[in-house]
Formats: sequence, C-alpha cells, structure tokens
Amino acid sequence: MNTNVISLVSIGAHPTSGRPRRAEQDARAVELGLQMAGDKLQVLHAGNINEPTLRSYLGMGLPQLHVLEQPAGSDALPVLSEYLRDAGAQVVLAGSQAETGEGSGMLPYLLAEQLGWPLIVGLAQVESIDGGVAHVLQALPRGQRRRLKVRLPFLATVDNAAPKPRQSAYGPAQRGELAAHEVEIEQDELFTGAVLQPAKPRPKRLKVIKAKSGADRMKAATAKASGGGGQVLKGLSPEAGAEAILKLLIEEGVVR
Amino acid sequence: MSDIIRRDPRAEWIARNRLHPLHAAMQPVQHSWMGPNGVIRKNVHGVGFIGPNGIKRIDRSGAQQGGAAKRTAAVEVQLPLHQVAAPAFYINVVPDMVGGRLSSHDRDLLGLARQLAGSDGAVLAVVFGEHKENAFATAGVDRLLVLDGHEFDGYSPEQRVQGLRAVDNQFNPRHWLLPDSRSGGGELGRRFAASLKERPATRVWQIKGDECIGRAGAGQEDLARPLPRLILAAVECADPVSETRHEVLPVELSTALARSLPRIEDLGAVAVDPAAIPMAEAEFIFSGGNGVKDWALFHQTAAALGATEGASRVAVDDGFMARDRQVGASGTWVTARVYVAVGISGAIQHLQGIGACDKVVAINLDPGCDMIKRADLSVIGESAAILQALIVAVEAYRNGAKRDAA
Repeated sequence: MNTNVISLVSIGAHPTSGRPRRAEQDARAVELGLQMAGDKLQVLHAGNINEPTLRSYLGMGLPQLHVLEQPAGSDALPVLSEYLRDAGAQVVLAGSQAETGEGSGMLPYLLAEQLGWPLIVGLAQVESIDGGVAHVLQALPRGQRRRLKVRLPFLATVDNAAPKPRQSAYGPAQRGELAAHEVEIEQDELFTGAVLQPAKPRPKRLKVIKAKSGADRMKAATAKASGGGGQVLKGLSPEAGAEAILKLLIEEGVVR
Repeated sequence: MSDIIRRDPRAEWIARNRLHPLHAAMQPVQHSWMGPNGVIRKNVHGVGFIGPNGIKRIDRSGAQQGGAAKRTAAVEVQLPLHQVAAPAFYINVVPDMVGGRLSSHDRDLLGLARQLAGSDGAVLAVVFGEHKENAFATAGVDRLLVLDGHEFDGYSPEQRVQGLRAVDNQFNPRHWLLPDSRSGGGELGRRFAASLKERPATRVWQIKGDECIGRAGAGQEDLARPLPRLILAAVECADPVSETRHEVLPVELSTALARSLPRIEDLGAVAVDPAAIPMAEAEFIFSGGNGVKDWALFHQTAAALGATEGASRVAVDDGFMARDRQVGASGTWVTARVYVAVGISGAIQHLQGIGACDKVVAINLDPGCDMIKRADLSVIGESAAILQALIVAVEAYRNGAKRDAA
C-alpha cells in the first residue's frame, strides 16, 4: 500500500509518576501508521521541539519527526489543520485523547470538521485501501468489531484496541531528525475561565436503602439477588423450550 | 406486593359490640364442636389472631374476641407525579440505550438532568430508533422525542448529528447532556460539539451551581470550569431519579430531517472469536455447571450460538473447564448482557458474580433452585435434550435468514 499517512503525536504522562513519556494511544497510532505506510509515514507534533520525550517516537524507527513549534498553552487546532490541508495526506491517525492538559478528545473531531473529512472513531485495523476507498475495522466495547467503508481522505482515532506499539530503541531515537516548522501562534482561550487542579478521588456511591420498616431493611441487607417474576417454563418439550430461549436471544440481539 | 398482615381494630371493636349489626359476621370461627362419634373436636389453629408482621398472638385474658381475618396492606407506593405543564426551558438528554434500554449511566445522566431542570424546566430525552424501555417515567423523563427512520439504523453518527441539530433548532435547550461512554455517547457528543462549534465539558463528574468539575488528561488532574451548554458526563455523575414519576409526553420534530449522504458506510458487525474476548467484558456468556453431563455437546452449543463460555466452580473443580472460565465470587465477575446458565443451581457466590448481568436464562432440572429465582426465563428439563434442540433451532434460524437474504 503506498498511502500517504500522517500520525499525530503528543507528549504523554506516566499514570503513576506523572513523568513525561510517549503517549500510549499516540504510540499505537504511530505503530498502525508504520504498518500501513512503512518508511513513508509522516509523524507530526505541535509543541515544544526541545522536549526530550519526542525522541522516543523516533526510536520506533522513524527517520524524521515534524514539529510545529508552539509554546505551551497555545491552540494546536489551526496550525494542524493548515498543515494537513497542504500536506496531501490520505489518512491521518491520532490517539483518542491526550494524557496531559484538558484531554477532552475533541481535537480529531474539530480537525475533521475543519477539513471536511470523515472521521472514524476507534480504528482497530485497516483491511484494504483500493481506489480511494478504505475498508476498516472499528473497535466496539466488549471486544466487538464493525466493518466500515470510508472514502479517502479520512481521519481516524485509535484506542487500546489498535495494535500494540513497538519498543522505542535508543540508537534510532538519537539519530532521528526533528524537523521544525515555523507557525503562527494562537492562544487557547480555555484557561481563561478554567482551573486545572490535582484530581480528587471521587466519592464512592453509597447504597441507599429506602425502606420504611425494619423488616424491609433487614430483607434488603440479607436477601439474595433475585430477578423476581421471571418466566418459568415447566413440562414443555425440549423443542418448545429451545424455541423460547432462542426467541429471547434474538430479541436481545446476541444471536445474529 | 408484599403480604403484611395487620390488625383491624375496627373489626375487633365490632366483634366485642353485641349491638352492632355486623356483630355476628365478626365472630371468630367456632373452634370446638362435637364430632360424629360424640367426641369433642378442637381446631387448635383457630385460636388467637394474627398480629403485625404475621406473628400469631393468643390473648387468653378474654379481652380479644375476633377480627382475626387478615388484612393486607398494599405497599406498592405510587410515586408522586412531577408535571411540567409549560416548560420554561429544556434540558436535553441523549441516552446511549445499549440494547434498547436505559443503562445505569443513562439513569445517572437523567438524574443530573433532573437536578439541572429544577421545577420549571423539562427533561427531554432524545432516542434514536426503536427502543424496548418502559421505565422512562421513573427514570425522570418529562418529554420523549423518538427519532425514527431507516437513516438512523446501524452506525450512522453523521445522520444522528443532523437529527440532534434539528432538535437543537426547535427546542433550543439550556443544556445538552450526553454520556461520556464508549458505547456511542462520547463519540456522538463530540461530533455534535464539533458541528455546533461549541466547547463541551468532558468527563464531568460533579456539577455545583454554575461550575462543573471533570477529569482532565489521563485522570491525574481535574478541570473546574464554568458550566457550558454541552456536557459529556462520566458514570455516577449524579444519583438517578428515585422519588418522582414523570409524564413522558411524546413530542415531535416540526420539520422534516435533512438527509445527508453518509460518508461512512456501515458494513455490519464482524464475527469475532468469542473465546478471545475477555470474560469480564463479554456480552453473551453461555455457562455450564454440575448439571451438564455431555461437555462436548455444551461446547458445540456455545459455538453454534457464538457465545463466550463460562463455568461454575464445580465444573472447574471437576476439570471440565479451565480455571480462567470460572464465573463467581472467586472467579470472574462478569458484566454480560445475556447470561445463559445450564445446569447451575445458583450458589450465592455464583449469583454475586452475575449480579451485573441484564438477562439471565436458566436451563435446569430442579424448579426450586436459586438460579431459577434469579432468572428472567427458565426452562425446566434435561439439559442435553434442550441443548440439542437449541442447536437445531439456531441452525434453522440462520438458514432461514440466509434464504431470506438470497
């Protein structure tokens, strides 16, 4: 496949120590891009070029990483959409949300809206790209997959269903080149009204028993789980029983 | 409805009052009489009366004379109806409706919407396509808008955003609330926000007055900000509505929906190897226990249904299934939407493990076991025969569907 693929990457944060690292989902986007385009994959970052963690993406075997130079707290959306419009990309891959900052996961949606491209959410695998049409698998909750057909160019977000990223090697990471691009800087207006604060543990929901009498409370505390009023089919032939079960399974949509 | 037995003081008073017209009717049943052979027979059960909570009381002082007939009190309380005749504003909610029903996340969201609506506003739920829910009233839905049509079938995010925009134009709600979930709400909400060019608050877990707090980044930080119009709320963002009943008045869109050519085409679900799905998140589990004698047939049925296999502890201990397939307190706590238990009697540890399951189907020989009490549908009978019939029925169903398609 010689498709023009661009992966967008950001700086992540380790979930325990909070130290900068390559972002988990962005690394998956790079991995998927490498599987699709090989050496021709372009990787793009908007932010500080002097961040040492950026080199861990280069360590995945990339010769070059493009950086749109921006100070922290500026809006990445206009510069990215301008770059992508001119880059002639057919597929743009991104993680589904950032690990630092707001992390609202809105960037791919806004990019798709500005560029007027379709957006695939939760891309798991690209099956084929033929004549400007791609067949892709979308990851759904509970391990399910859905096949989608989409016209190029398109944007896609990847989540944890995408292939695991390869390890980052030190040598290639040091040899790789960080290509800087000068861009106009636009301030993000989010932080005028909003405050970032250390996460508070969420209060655990209490199990409130609304019982009027002591007997009810005792029952609620000791009763076994029961559906109450389930349908019991007794003395039926096995065929009739199986029909009833199958009917429920089809109604629930688990047997297709 | 529970049978709470209560004393009836009025009936007792009538029984004591010989001048009351109903005195004769309130006399306790005779409890000793002459038998056919001249022997005095006594009904020892006719003595006394049934006190509160169903405990029998015998008053030997002679003061009590009757009123023994038990009275049951209805405890099914009708919740008070909350009516919004002319809503001052709307709070729109787009529930996920996984499997056509409100999920617990949806209920939390409706609870949050109820808080925001107060007494003047109305909660408007926007539902796409067919649904099977019949508890919108107790979940706190004042108005219900069902957007029906073929264009919303399957995966149609772009068409749904069009639908939401039409709703937005007509009702101009004060807030839009969507669940920030992976089962559709998170995606739809973000697409809608991008289309409206409004900045949503995401992963919101608390709303206090005009301020909301949501998780930011990878969960290490919280973002507190003024409450925007579009809110994507996390699970347990508020308590579900529990004290009121609501009207669920149907409303309609006044304009026809613009249809756009979908740029993403849904080619349908892909068959996934059910054994590869982790049990904790499998959607459909077919589980076997001590009552299964023919394990080859069990595996065959699971394959025919396309279900993930599970087992009770006995089946695992006896070596019929692997340890990682055990469902229950010491195994995996499953969250399946549909759980089929074959030959599992339902030990409390097992029932704890399937506590989060939506629909439980039991196949069992013993009609009195605990699993039958938990199940929504139980079939009493020999499991081998029922499984055989089930395989035949599934194959017939699939062949029929193929014939229809051809």
